[in-house]
Amino acid sequence: MKVNRLLTLVILFSTLLTACGGQATTTPTSGLPADAAALAAERGLTPNDIYAALKTYTPSGQLDPYIMLASGGQSGQVLVIGVPSMRILKVIGVFTPEPWQGYGFGGGSDQVLKEGAGDTSLEWGDTHHPNLSETAGDYDGQFLFINDKANARLAVIDLRDFETKQIIKNPNAINDHGGAFVTPNTEYVIEGPQYAAPLGGEYAPLSEYKDKYRGLITFWKFDRTLGRVDKTKSFQIELPPYWQDLCDAGKAVSDGWFFCNSFNTELATGGVEEGNPPFEAGTTKNDTDYLHILNWKQAEKTFQAGKTQTLNGMAIISLQTAIDEHILYFTPEPKSPHGSDVTPGGEYIVVGGKLDPHVTIYSFAKIQAAIQAGGFQTDTYGVPVIPLDQTKEAQVELGLGPLHTVFDDKGYAYTSLFLDSAVARWTLGGPYDDKNPEPGWTLVQKLPVQYNIGHITAAEGDTVSPDGQYVVALNKWSIDRFANVGPLLPQNFQLVDISKTGDQIKVIYDMPIGMAEPHYAQIIKADKLKPFEVYPEVGWNPETMQVDSNAVTDPKQARLVRNGKQVEIWMTVVRSHYTPEHVEVNQGDHVVWHLTNLERTRDATHGFALSDYNINLSLEPGETETIEFDVTRSGTFTYYCTEFCSALHLEMIGYFLAKP
Amino acid sequence: MKTFLSSLDPDVQVVLPDGSTRRLTDYLLPSALLMLAALLLITSMFLPYWSMTLKAPQYPKGLKVEVYINHLQGDMREIDELNHYLGMPPLDEGGRLERSISALTILVLGCLLIAGVFIHNQWAGILALPTLGFPLAFLADLWLILYRYGHSIDPTSALGGAIKPFTPPLFGPGAIGQFGSIAQAEVGLYLAVSAVFAVLLGLWFHRAAYKPVVEARQRLHRAHLRAMQ
Repeated sequence: MKVNRLLTLVILFSTLLTACGGQATTTPTSGLPADAAALAAERGLTPNDIYAALKTYTPSGQLDPYIMLASGGQSGQVLVIGVPSMRILKVIGVFTPEPWQGYGFGGGSDQVLKEGAGDTSLEWGDTHHPNLSETAGDYDGQFLFINDKANARLAVIDLRDFETKQIIKNPNAINDHGGAFVTPNTEYVIEGPQYAAPLGGEYAPLSEYKDKYRGLITFWKFDRTLGRVDKTKSFQIELPPYWQDLCDAGKAVSDGWFFCNSFNTELATGGVEEGNPPFEAGTTKNDTDYLHILNWKQAEKTFQAGKTQTLNGMAIISLQTAIDEHILYFTPEPKSPHGSDVTPGGEYIVVGGKLDPHVTIYSFAKIQAAIQAGGFQTDTYGVPVIPLDQTKEAQVELGLGPLHTVFDDKGYAYTSLFLDSAVARWTLGGPYDDKNPEPGWTLVQKLPVQYNIGHITAAEGDTVSPDGQYVVALNKWSIDRFANVGPLLPQNFQLVDISKTGDQIKVIYDMPIGMAEPHYAQIIKADKLKPFEVYPEVGWNPETMQVDSNAVTDPKQARLVRNGKQVEIWMTVVRSHYTPEHVEVNQGDHVVWHLTNLERTRDATHGFALSDYNINLSLEPGETETIEFDVTRSGTFTYYCTEFCSALHLEMIGYFLAKP
Repeated sequence: MKTFLSSLDPDVQVVLPDGSTRRLTDYLLPSALLMLAALLLITSMFLPYWSMTLKAPQYPKGLKVEVYINHLQGDMREIDELNHYLGMPPLDEGGRLERSISALTILVLGCLLIAGVFIHNQWAGILALPTLGFPLAFLADLWLILYRYGHSIDPTSALGGAIKPFTPPLFGPGAIGQFGSIAQAEVGLYLAVSAVFAVLLGLWFHRAAYKPVVEARQRLHRAHLRAMQ
């Protein structure tokens, strides 16, 4: 009945829109029930607004069909958002401690952060590009990877519990941008570089930039069974110091290849204070930079054949070896390019111009033919450069500041236009030509977005089978879209309805992001995710993803054992009490404390905060955690449940008494 | 049914001791019914007899515990978790002895029924008697367990002092705190009750079939005695 009424409304307003050629009419609410019409009039809603509301309003209890995983930028976290409701479902602690999840506040996650920091004391990251694990080029819903641009790190998030399991610090790069990107079966998670530096980050004066500074792309081998990157099976490739930027793995016909754009073939080294052109001018001097074309399967063979050097425990294929082994090729790309996005079937690579109004579309088949034919000039470093006219399939003029491109199921591509503050819908040619009414390689619509769009994402829009339906514009500025909350403004995620063909795409929702500045995001069909409802068994250790040997499954087994100055506690946690509730130690003791949440009910999470010790755990049903600390001072302390668990939640407390 | 039975070997007759004859089906029917009862009873071992479903706002799917004759299944863990606030004993503590011997009991009852097929006098009725009483015994025992359960409240528990002793209803709705409960019979119990009806019907036909045999023997015996005089 309700559905029927909604349908009637949708049909009614579609009819109305068609009749009025998309213009708001003088009586936009005719046909609505009286109370709804009054409400629409009072709020000044147009038929477009009502259409958008009907597309996005999600009644209580209805679940979103898509889940977006967005980078958190400088927050160092990952945001989980439902689409189309645009409700935030979770913020996953990744590079930055996150107290709600107890991430980095005493439990096993401390170790993840510590290992990820290496010999530094890092407590944040600049997350840029989340990438879901893939099987045969399609999201499989198992893992999420994300890079930390600022510190050249990669994180692995297990989507069984949406928790960060591993952070690996790149020992030879000082930052990264072209990551994380996976190969079609997640054989490798690729961390591409950004700003060049001597390998290993050693000191070298900028006057030696050309000879000593290098780009470095890392192929992290991913072990699905362990859910971890295996450093011993990973390798790196030395690149010229061209500031490689964004990358994408080839898929289907182009599986085995990898493509990265770059934007400093000028080898600019800045120094505006010394009278040199600043980086912004120095790096944009040339009309073209180089699209990097890498044969990663050939690189893998080269690595396995041992034709590598070792630096800080990592195998590196030198630039010369990469050239000799036919791993690396260049082709020109116009002006300060951005983005490198492979079409669903793997036939084409789309690169945005940034300072050129076109997107350039390269044909993988043409690239292969040119490589077969051979006979190229080389760049300064001896890398073969395939002329643009041998690799280019098409160029489409879209507007100012084209950056990133995603795809749908109807042969359309969507490119973010930063300067125009718009989303361009345009048609792919070749095998995609018949999927929509318009001719191939044609701009169809430019949709204004608010404002300064950076990345763009579409439902499964970078897989071998995009879903269509939704695009999200990840806008950097929101200016006047939301109530003023001071000079630091939220970002604006705008949901775009792309379900209709032609020039019918429209913005249907604005979502403020007030805790992060996201870069890329991916949208996965919700039913591909199969997370735990509660941990599979009581005593589950989320770090090892198996039952912990220090788990206690019954309050009768809870105990405190003293061994000299070492005090070990095995505690059970269940509504609404800890066992034991009294823990008495001496100043100077070393405490090892194992906690097991005995609950089996969904959402029956307990916290554990120990006053003044910077300890706060989130113990989800079945979870076991271990904390360890020195009793540095005497006094009376409490531990209590920080996650409201029951009517007697406030009573869930214990005393921690430290005798002088 | 009747036409089906009379179609079974209509040309075969059973000759009683006094020479009178009866149809074969008269003897097949009680045996079949008693064996059916045994089958129903044994099948019921693998199905729940009774269930209680608890509903509360924060449990949209409800909490359910299903009682089998030899085990409990469902959300006992969470129900125990909640009940500990009231100071009620864990569900698993009720009827432990009964559950431990129930499977054997059912097997014995089934064997007795099958033995009844081979005993052609009123003793067959005695052998079937325990089966007739089984569903009632189950319910009486369940009631006792529920009674004890609601009357074993630990006064030192969080809410123990606020709860008056009670007996959760054997059937139908009940309420405690924010929980509403529905207790109902499940398919296993229906099978056990069906077994009772099958036994009753079987005994009826058993009597109809074998009473003439017994009487024929008695007539023969009397005739023999008369001949002796």
